[in-house]
Amino acid sequence: MTGYILKRLVSAIPVLLGISVIVFLIMAMIPGDPATAILGSYATPENVEKLNRDLGLDQGLVARYFIWLGNMLQGDFGRSFALNRPVLDEVLDRFGATLILAGTSFVLCSLLGIAAGVISAARQYGVADKAITFVVLLGISIPSFFLGMMMILVFAVQLRWFPVSGMWPIYGDRNLGVLLEHLAMPAFALSVVATGVIARLARSAMLEVLRQDFIRTARAKGVRERQVIWRHALRAAMVSIIPILGIQAGFVLSGAVYIEMVFQWPGVGRMLVDAILKRDILLVQGGVVFIAACYVIFNIMVDVAQALLDPRIKT
Amino acid sequence: MMAFFRLLARNRLALAGLVVIGIVVVLALITPLLPLADPDVTDTPNRFQPMFSAGALLGTDHLGRDLLSRLMWGTRLSLAMGFAAAVIAAVLGSAIGIIAGFYGGRTDNVIMRGVDMLMAFPYILLALAIVAALGPGLMNALIAVAAVNVPFFARNIRGITVGIAHKEFVDAARLAGMRNREIILAEVLPNVLPVIVIAMSTTVGWMILETAGLSFLGLGSQPPQADLGSMLGEARSALITNPHTSIVPGAMILVIVMGINLLGDGVRDALDPRLKSGALSRPMPATTVDRDGPAPAARTDSLLDIADLRTEFRVRNRVYKAVGGVDLHVEKGECLGIIGESGSGKSVTALSVMGLVASPPGVITGGAVHFDGQDLVGARYEVLRSLRGRRVAYIFQDPQATLHPLYKAGDQLIEAIRTHEDVSREAAHRRAISLLKSVRIPNAESRMESYPYEMSGGMRQRVGIAMALANDPDVIIADEPTTALDVTVQAQILSVLSDLRRERGLAIIFITHDFGVVGQLCDRVAVMYAGRIVEEGPTAAVLRSPQHPYTSRLIDCVPTLGGGQRRLAAIPGLPPVVDRLPHGCAFADRCDKAQAECRAGSIALAPTEPARKVRCLFPEVAKERSA
Ligand code: SF4
Repeated sequence: MTGYILKRLVSAIPVLLGISVIVFLIMAMIPGDPATAILGSYATPENVEKLNRDLGLDQGLVARYFIWLGNMLQGDFGRSFALNRPVLDEVLDRFGATLILAGTSFVLCSLLGIAAGVISAARQYGVADKAITFVVLLGISIPSFFLGMMMILVFAVQLRWFPVSGMWPIYGDRNLGVLLEHLAMPAFALSVVATGVIARLARSAMLEVLRQDFIRTARAKGVRERQVIWRHALRAAMVSIIPILGIQAGFVLSGAVYIEMVFQWPGVGRMLVDAILKRDILLVQGGVVFIAACYVIFNIMVDVAQALLDPRIKT
Repeated sequence: MMAFFRLLARNRLALAGLVVIGIVVVLALITPLLPLADPDVTDTPNRFQPMFSAGALLGTDHLGRDLLSRLMWGTRLSLAMGFAAAVIAAVLGSAIGIIAGFYGGRTDNVIMRGVDMLMAFPYILLALAIVAALGPGLMNALIAVAAVNVPFFARNIRGITVGIAHKEFVDAARLAGMRNREIILAEVLPNVLPVIVIAMSTTVGWMILETAGLSFLGLGSQPPQADLGSMLGEARSALITNPHTSIVPGAMILVIVMGINLLGDGVRDALDPRLKSGALSRPMPATTVDRDGPAPAARTDSLLDIADLRTEFRVRNRVYKAVGGVDLHVEKGECLGIIGESGSGKSVTALSVMGLVASPPGVITGGAVHFDGQDLVGARYEVLRSLRGRRVAYIFQDPQATLHPLYKAGDQLIEAIRTHEDVSREAAHRRAISLLKSVRIPNAESRMESYPYEMSGGMRQRVGIAMALANDPDVIIADEPTTALDVTVQAQILSVLSDLRRERGLAIIFITHDFGVVGQLCDRVAVMYAGRIVEEGPTAAVLRSPQHPYTSRLIDCVPTLGGGQRRLAAIPGLPPVVDRLPHGCAFADRCDKAQAECRAGSIALAPTEPARKVRCLFPEVAKERSA
């Protein structure tokens, strides 16, 4: 297994390089003089000259890429001029909040989605199946930001069950209970679309598996139906569900942008939107590379989980 | 094409989606013609008018602009943006996919590497990066959303193109001297176009959501112009005080996207042939029972007594009568062979006993299966379940498919034991090892830890047998357990079974199409044809002097053990299709001796010698066979 993990880590290197090239190329599309664009209203002649030196902006595209890559490998993602602090510090400060939000959502959508899909498949064409199918359709059709706003109206303003927005109260203690109160609505709103997608896939994966011979074998053994569904069938269906979980993790991680805006969640997503509106190019660039890299690492974990589940994957 | 639309029309939800989308699109198209207020004229004194106020049906927004008018214009813009993004993504992505798929080799490699890289990004993040570089704005948001969807099209279309690029008509075009560009335009493009259109229709909903999302963040359409997303974004600050300004555009996005999704699902279902055939339905825990008469009483005090069993498959409006009234019985310690060609109903008979016929489409429509004084047909599921594996166990045909691929052999055995007996895991583990030893598996201890894919076919079937033995059952039903194995392994498995039977006093129902196997193992044999038993009797007697012409043919086919599989086709003709059984003898079309009477009416299974029965008007006369 260690060998497999190492192999997957090594194979991630070209992907990470590819990601850095893509981000670099996108940022190279910025019209006009890069230093002036990056500095914006801070573009004094000294600043422009210093930046040109630091980032090699006066050199060719290839040289610039390698300078940028070299700096990043040393932990230097550049400096945000709008915030006047290193990009990496800002990203790391914000990333925790996004991780809590997206992580919770991911767990939520995996559990809910798989459960809904399994129940739907086990009760195919029954009332539960039809109800789930309809709710799922609604879930994948509603924009998460609209859902979030409606949840604020109903559950925060009308019913007063949850705070309207933010991650922590302005005054008062910061403990787990308070965090969960603030987290409940945004995490749910963020998970809804992914839950729907996972539920659909889990349902069809389960239907596929339930028709297989080894399910009949389990039934012929007298195994209880609940175990046939939740152990035998689900275990086999997970092989095709897990890759989808990986893809949905990407949607949850990047979809956090909308939810962070709606719920004033102090995460990377909101930072990125602010940075884009302020034309804080280096902050955007650093933030995007950082999140994309995290996602690549996460996908390696997904692959490892898959290998642990399916002994047929050669380790 | 018409059939497709008819199918779509039958799906009421899809039709509803089509209607909704149709209305929205038409309204969006005629918006400029409608007598609406100017969407961009601000009137601050009249800001936040509620819904249904005079002059503003949906009220006004934070700048006093008419919400209805803004909604209509915003819908128009959102639809246009989503559609444009879909077209751009489809055109670029398909072009890339066709080039990669058509030229193959290094071109394909380089392009697809790039596509994979793009797909390694969390989706929305890439769009954000593009907008960051180009700057916020309607066109830039459009470009960003289109760009992030290009890889999706490229990958799908490439797959289709690879398939087409190797078809004969492409080769023919090449030989005819057409240039690559001409071939792509004339031969490839028309073939991938339907796929592109379908992919577009399923993604346009996403694109509308994504462009609205970017506008919501303030990165798309810029004021005063507004699409649905930026309307929602602007209304957000007044969400609590004036919720209707948020609800109006948000609900519109929901309606549009839901309509598109409903329609898309309908299209997908209409195009998926598996849904039509009902092949996607899952079998229930026990076969459905729908008996149209009273259950026949047990006629004998046999261990297992099958009386007038009828099982059919209902696939849409056709009915296949797989088992058409079968009577059988097995005594304690006896081995009964059921033999017949595939499709004769022998497996369905066997599976009906414990309600294991896949249902839907299978239904038991009549008869009874008496076991130990109770009728299993129509028994409660919990009763069936507690008997399954404990008193009546199964061994199935293909051990590759019948063992769970992801559980260790040992764990599957332990589960079989612990399902019916409340023993500790350790005790079950010890018993599992001794079970593996009893089916002569070498290194039983280490085999416990093996996964099915790590074993040979014969080894897996031994595990299957060990699992059937786990709870010391009274009856084992073996459904062609040796068919998937090669001849030497077959012989080993048969000898394991025959030893176990002697040691444990097991009753075995052995289903096969091979008379050689029957001769080696079974005391009695029943021959099935077209869902009914045509001959029954002691194995030795039937082998020596078959009375039904079909039996006689089957025996002629089998010179040696295990050789039967290949030679069975030697009987001319095919078994009848069981949804259109002929009147009278089902074998008549293939029988040399068929007379007019044979087709006149149903023929009874009549006793001939003691303990022998045959369903034939002109049974073969006993002639001594030379081996
Ligand atoms: S009943 Fe007639 S057709 Fe049928 S097997 Fe006997 S002889 Fe042949």
